Amino acid sequence: MKNLVSVAAVALSLAAAPVALAKDTLKVGMIVTLSGPPGALGNQARDGFQLALEEMGGKLGGMETEFILEDDELKADVAQSKARSLVEREEVDFVVGTIFSNMLAAIYKPVIQSGAFLISPNAGPSTFAGKNCHENFFVTSYQNNQNFEVLGKIATDKEYRKVFMLAPNYQAGKDAMAGFKQNYKGEIADEIFTPLGHKDFSAEIARIADAEADALFIFMPGGMGVRFVKQFRASGLADKMAFLSAFTVDETTLPAQKDDAVGMNGATNWAPDLDNEQTAAFTAAFEEKYGYIPGGYAMQAYDSAKLIDSAVTKAGGVGDKDAVRAALEAADFTSLRGDFSFNNNHYPVQDFYLLEVVKRDDGKYHTSIVEKVFDDYADSYADACKL
Amino acid sequence: MSSTLLLIQLLNGIQLGVLLFLIAAGLTLVFGVMGFINLAHGVQYMIGAYLTVWFYGMTGHFGAALLLALLAALALALFLEFAVFRHLYDRDHLDQVLATFGVILFLNQAVKVIWGPTPLVISPPEFLAGTFRLTENLNYSIWRIAIIMIGFTVAGLLWFLVTKTRIGMLVRAGATNAGMVGALGVNIRRLFMIVFGFGAMLAGFAGSIAAPIYSVEPGMGDGLLITAFVVIVIGGIGSIRGTFIAALLVGLVDTLGRSTITDILKLFLEPSAANQIGPALASMAIYILMAAVLFFRPEGLFPAQGRRA
Repeated sequence: MKNLVSVAAVALSLAAAPVALAKDTLKVGMIVTLSGPPGALGNQARDGFQLALEEMGGKLGGMETEFILEDDELKADVAQSKARSLVEREEVDFVVGTIFSNMLAAIYKPVIQSGAFLISPNAGPSTFAGKNCHENFFVTSYQNNQNFEVLGKIATDKEYRKVFMLAPNYQAGKDAMAGFKQNYKGEIADEIFTPLGHKDFSAEIARIADAEADALFIFMPGGMGVRFVKQFRASGLADKMAFLSAFTVDETTLPAQKDDAVGMNGATNWAPDLDNEQTAAFTAAFEEKYGYIPGGYAMQAYDSAKLIDSAVTKAGGVGDKDAVRAALEAADFTSLRGDFSFNNNHYPVQDFYLLEVVKRDDGKYHTSIVEKVFDDYADSYADACKL
Repeated sequence: MSSTLLLIQLLNGIQLGVLLFLIAAGLTLVFGVMGFINLAHGVQYMIGAYLTVWFYGMTGHFGAALLLALLAALALALFLEFAVFRHLYDRDHLDQVLATFGVILFLNQAVKVIWGPTPLVISPPEFLAGTFRLTENLNYSIWRIAIIMIGFTVAGLLWFLVTKTRIGMLVRAGATNAGMVGALGVNIRRLFMIVFGFGAMLAGFAGSIAAPIYSVEPGMGDGLLITAFVVIVIGGIGSIRGTFIAALLVGLVDTLGRSTITDILKLFLEPSAANQIGPALASMAIYILMAAVLFFRPEGLFPAQGRRA
């Protein structure tokens, strides 16, 4: 009988073990786009987050961390069902996602309704920055319009009198044009919207040549940017006018654009050669492990992991949601960007830079800081947020 | 719009038309002769482009890479025909659509697994890599001119092959009444295989020569496939001549539409409204063309002679 009791006790303790373990374990789910050509962006985010996790010994905030990676396949219904499974079945504490704004719109409701924290490592739509901001939603990248606003400022500062504008015909393309115009005061030669996934830019390039503008403002993400840069370089126009771009020449497209992109300009919140200790260490470690140069997507995911780590440490676990939220808001971690804080709408206040594509001595390409354009730049929607 | 701009757009339109022709020629033969809907035809275009980049990396010579890519694309097409498509010839169109769609998904992912999701690029052969000065500000790529010439040459050869040779005669007969050709003692299965392999090789060839101007990425053929279907519907299914003319027409309408519709609208509308409507209308132009052709000539512009509706 005594034996039986002890056996039962052992059995009970065994059965209880997973429960006890679950309490020390932090669960983080990530939803990014890993399939198709845009998968290159999601790969960077995944690698950036995993590098941070690995450097901290698989722990965030001192807690053993279970990392669950999901691919949204750039389909809203897939993103939504993956998000539901993360918060309902896996009961994760944090969801990190997404790359694309339309995917964020899909996962936002299920994640926020579940009470989990949602941290976007890239998508920063205006939708959730203003009056629809939420206490459990944080963005570690930027508000989408900001990169374009920065380019508008650059065009004004450099006194370009006539700018030709080119973007794909979808919401982000229209936002890009509007964002640029906000800070640009000169003349607009023409604005052209191409179909999404456009293949042959020769018609557009002929018109650019015809317009004789001082600068080209362009937003052509992914494969479109690769094709455009190649065709633009071949047309000989690249030497005749300034090239101001967002999401067109970056670490995800440069391996394909190579020499054609060298000297072209972009604008964003970071570059792999930003002058601070943590960036130097991060870039070196990332390249060593994954064999390619990290871009903003990797950096923002890395920062997201650091942010979660700092908040869980400060709040002493995830039991007290209010404490975790306050700790997230404090953003008490060393960002790869240096200066980093959250605005009242939980979008970042940070510096923005003019970038230029350079070729490194070992034959690899990356974006490089030219100069700072904005110091502690906040987005223009924060005022409408009641937080 | 200046006259040079118009000239450039004409060249661009013809060049797009030529590429469309190379893809649509195979599609129209396979559909016309075999009654087989092959959605995976666009994937052959992608495979051609990837193989060219791959062999270029190995040999460092564009011509050699092109040749090897063609042979490999042909081999893959014949394998697919043997492993998958052959079993679908007698099934209805829905089965064919489903199975070939599966092949698209499979090959798009396979390409991603092998070469990665990031777009690849390749330079044209050195003696054609340069540009020439078209206007004061604009250089035009010699390779684009080369594509036009290559396309016209292939079209000529194809016309000769289909109208003047014995195999071409069988293909035309097959397009009219495949059952009768079989009854007359022709090995119709082998004829199908030849047509299929040849069509796939043409699509692969289009991918090869398009690779230096576009980027090579997974799914690159999917959009073109839809346009190619528009071409064969306009041209008349099974007709090489119709396909050629329809391809040029679609290429020109698409290119000129994109560059002029917005400007034309700006004459009547606010610039912002024109910018909204113009691009949308321009993307519809070829489908409007197709609808118009179908309205007046339901069989297409040049239906294969004697073909049963």
